[in-house]
Amino acid sequence: MDFLNAIVALSNFVLIPAVAYGSQLALGALGVTLIYGILRFSNFAHGDTMAFGAMVTILFTWWFQSMGLHLGPLPTALLALPFGILATAAMMLATDRVVYRFYRRVKAKPIVFVMASIGVMFIMNGVVRFIIGPEEQSFADGERFIISARDFRDWSGLDEGLAFRTSQGITIVTAVIVVAALFWFLNNTRTGKSMRAFSDNEDLALLSGINPERVVMITWLIVAALATIAGVLYGLDKSFKPFTYFQLLLPIFASAIVGGLGNPLGAIAGGFVIAFSEVTVTYAWKKVLGYLMPESLEPSGLVQLVSTDYKFAVSFAILVVVLLFKPTGLFKGKAV
Amino acid sequence: MSRPFDDKGYNRDASIVNPKGQGELTPGPQHGKARPAPGGPFLIGEAMTGGYSKSGPDILQTCTIAVDKGEIGVIVGPNGAGKSTAMRALFGMLYLRGGSVRLDGEDITELTPQARVVKGMGFVPQTHNIFTSMSVEENLEMGAFIRKDDIRETMEQVYDLFPILREKRNQPAGELSGGQRQQVAVGRALMTRPKVLMLDEPTAGVSPIVMDELFDRIIEVARTGLPVLMVEQNARQALEIADKGYVLVQGANAHTGTGKDLLADPEVRQSFLGG
Repeated sequence: MDFLNAIVALSNFVLIPAVAYGSQLALGALGVTLIYGILRFSNFAHGDTMAFGAMVTILFTWWFQSMGLHLGPLPTALLALPFGILATAAMMLATDRVVYRFYRRVKAKPIVFVMASIGVMFIMNGVVRFIIGPEEQSFADGERFIISARDFRDWSGLDEGLAFRTSQGITIVTAVIVVAALFWFLNNTRTGKSMRAFSDNEDLALLSGINPERVVMITWLIVAALATIAGVLYGLDKSFKPFTYFQLLLPIFASAIVGGLGNPLGAIAGGFVIAFSEVTVTYAWKKVLGYLMPESLEPSGLVQLVSTDYKFAVSFAILVVVLLFKPTGLFKGKAV
Repeated sequence: MSRPFDDKGYNRDASIVNPKGQGELTPGPQHGKARPAPGGPFLIGEAMTGGYSKSGPDILQTCTIAVDKGEIGVIVGPNGAGKSTAMRALFGMLYLRGGSVRLDGEDITELTPQARVVKGMGFVPQTHNIFTSMSVEENLEMGAFIRKDDIRETMEQVYDLFPILREKRNQPAGELSGGQRQQVAVGRALMTRPKVLMLDEPTAGVSPIVMDELFDRIIEVARTGLPVLMVEQNARQALEIADKGYVLVQGANAHTGTGKDLLADPEVRQSFLGG
């Protein structure tokens, strides 16, 4: 019984949250890795792009809620998501037109793009705060739990409850669908293959008649969709606050680099590595160990390695270790 | 012109920038339309004069290169003679101050390189001429990107020409040997069903045996009626298979003739075939 209780507690506080968080990071990191592979720079504006997409989705959600539109047990935000994606896509294409296209024309070095993206980041940051404000916003509605802790306790007869929130379920399902669709697109469609070709060898892609501007445009569209979905899922699961999204940049980049920049599979693996490390290191293990260990050895402290305030330190530490020992990332990326 | 970001120590952090696979081609200033210009050889760059920048020195001096259907044209010459430059000029990657380029009865001097691909120029660069991360078959598919019709037949023809590629069709092209990579590169160019095939040093860095095999294949391609124009470092072997040979010296035509004539020409032999 104690062993089962330990497993349930572990699932409730570590496994499920980490899988959900990992899916969100993976979606974010996929966007970063696509930009890195195809446009050849690290897009520092990605976190704020996610914030922008989530913001538009939230505004639409509020509007739908005020009109009485609901999705029943599912959050209304899912209904607003396509509009968020459209708005973000339009915004990304406009940014590309105004900022990045010029640097492509003059064949600027990739580092110039990185710097430009930092500028875009600040502007986007300001725009989001200007429109929706810097405070925390809540927009989740619908059924809160798929399985609530009490239901689970009643059903299983265990002491420990297992809660599975709707937002977590939606996150995981959406992430699986999006990732599968993206991989199918990249590996099986003509356009997807032309994107990989462009990433591999720009000159030869040009000699093969692939239009670079079209590849770039499709990349921005896909990235806009990925960023908005990641942003909305994160907002549903935790909460929406522009500053948090800016901070998300670190774990997202850590995920992309740990997995191997430019490698989509790596981005996903990296997302889960970072998420699981963050959650396990900042989790107070007292409860789980209490079930597993004999009473005499039961820990008196919280057995929390690092306070949650320092969770970003975990991503940072992993990032440094990976760059030191395996700079190409877990899956062979293009970095270094 | 100072370009500080090119210096060593700058811009080296691959965790924020990805210089791999970045475009290095510098298209010329051309951006016009093709005009009809009937007559003359199938592909000809006539009296081409120009260099790599608007105001820079002229690397080519009234240089003429031509090739007809079913022929193999070979450009040879000492290092720095402007062999590759001449090929680039034909492909629209040079600032031409004089001369014209005509293909199949059309004046294409003002076309961009991309537009020339559509017009039927198949170009195989000397290096970075395959998509290393993609499979052999995907490489060929990408070669046929501009085509909207069924490409399977052309792909079969390429596989018949290079049987080893059929065997390795699902392997990443980057894992192949040097000679096989060159076959992929030529195959990719053939997939567009070009009207003329231009090869920039196809045998650079491959062993003599592989080189002979590649030349055999190139002859085979030319026999189908497709004109082939190539720049070659291995002058003697290349001239042996050439219908037309161009010896360039300092960006100008020094000797022109059939491959056999050039091989027999004492002056050519002495000056750079090594006696």
